[in-house]
Amino acid sequence: MAAVHENPLAQFTIERLVPIHIGGLDVSFTNSALLMTISGVLVTGLLMLATRKAALVPGRWQSIPEMLYEFVAKYLIDDTVGPEGQRYFPFAFTLFMFVLLGNLLGLIPYSFVFTGQIIVCFGLSIAIFIGVTVIGFMRHGFRFLTFFVPHGVPKVLLVLLVPIEVLSYCIRPLTLSIRLFANMMAGHTMLVIFAGFVVPLGTLYFLPGLFPIVVDVLLFFLELLVAVLQAYVFAILACLYLNDAIHLH
Amino acid sequence: MDERDPLASLRDLGTGLERARQGRIREGGALRRGNSAETGNALGLAFRISVELVVAIVVAVGIGWAIDRWLGTRPWGMIVFFFLGIGAGLVNVYRAIAGLGKAAGPRGRGAPDTGSLEEDED
Repeated sequence: MAAVHENPLAQFTIERLVPIHIGGLDVSFTNSALLMTISGVLVTGLLMLATRKAALVPGRWQSIPEMLYEFVAKYLIDDTVGPEGQRYFPFAFTLFMFVLLGNLLGLIPYSFVFTGQIIVCFGLSIAIFIGVTVIGFMRHGFRFLTFFVPHGVPKVLLVLLVPIEVLSYCIRPLTLSIRLFANMMAGHTMLVIFAGFVVPLGTLYFLPGLFPIVVDVLLFFLELLVAVLQAYVFAILACLYLNDAIHLH
Repeated sequence: MDERDPLASLRDLGTGLERARQGRIREGGALRRGNSAETGNALGLAFRISVELVVAIVVAVGIGWAIDRWLGTRPWGMIVFFFLGIGAGLVNVYRAIAGLGKAAGPRGRGAPDTGSLEEDED
């Protein structure tokens, strides 16, 4: 009776909603894809509806996209890349909104957190990594490689330092993706573990059963904070990498 | 019936945007790296550095292991890359905390650094 009823990791199971197989490839429409579609549609819809009747003095709805715009333009881009980075605004904004919506939608009970899938986070971050490296090479040509050579260091030490720099550059997509994935997965697992204590404890005595509920409510607010913060961290790190590619030293 | 063809108005918009962008770049230098976002960033920073060290070591050891498998140099690739991983992880953590480069890549050897040193000597 006291067994924990649901496997806390079962919430991350990918389920095929519409099975599609094309030439031996499984491209089924899954619950993960569904949530990604919802967040994409939601962002686009919200922004388009809210700015449909654009006024000089923004109303309640119009002020949402304006605040988001200013946040991304100022804190994500201006503070990291500087004014030259504004041309990459659409990239930063899309990235931030997609991850933010993914994190927040995942907190709705019975939905699915696609940012808790390592492959989704890794796909996003490897795309950022490749894109930023290409931008670096396009802007600086092969001079971009001097990024890995620290200045003012004795030649002997370069043998040691250049591999360290290259390594610390190449692990960027991994740290970027693991940071987001681990935070989301750990938080959601914790929520379900504590929720699993509610019924077994509550059927024994009423009061101890209340305790995990209180913890879960508090955890939920923590997860709201983590969801917003991780989206911010993900986007700001992408901007910092972009800054490295644009301002070589 | 319209005197201005749509391309001309687009060109006008383009030149206007370019002028605005130049203005921003010129006046933006001093505003950059203000401390406006620093306090808000503290929590973000704490979350950022949490995985940096671990992932660096894990990835480096993985690379070392793969090299060993490929070249048959059994413990050596793993040992060398283990220490390289520690180095890379520490460098990343240090840069994140010091706020010099905030990310991978050599930084902080330019004018601001020497400036602060000279102030210290005074």
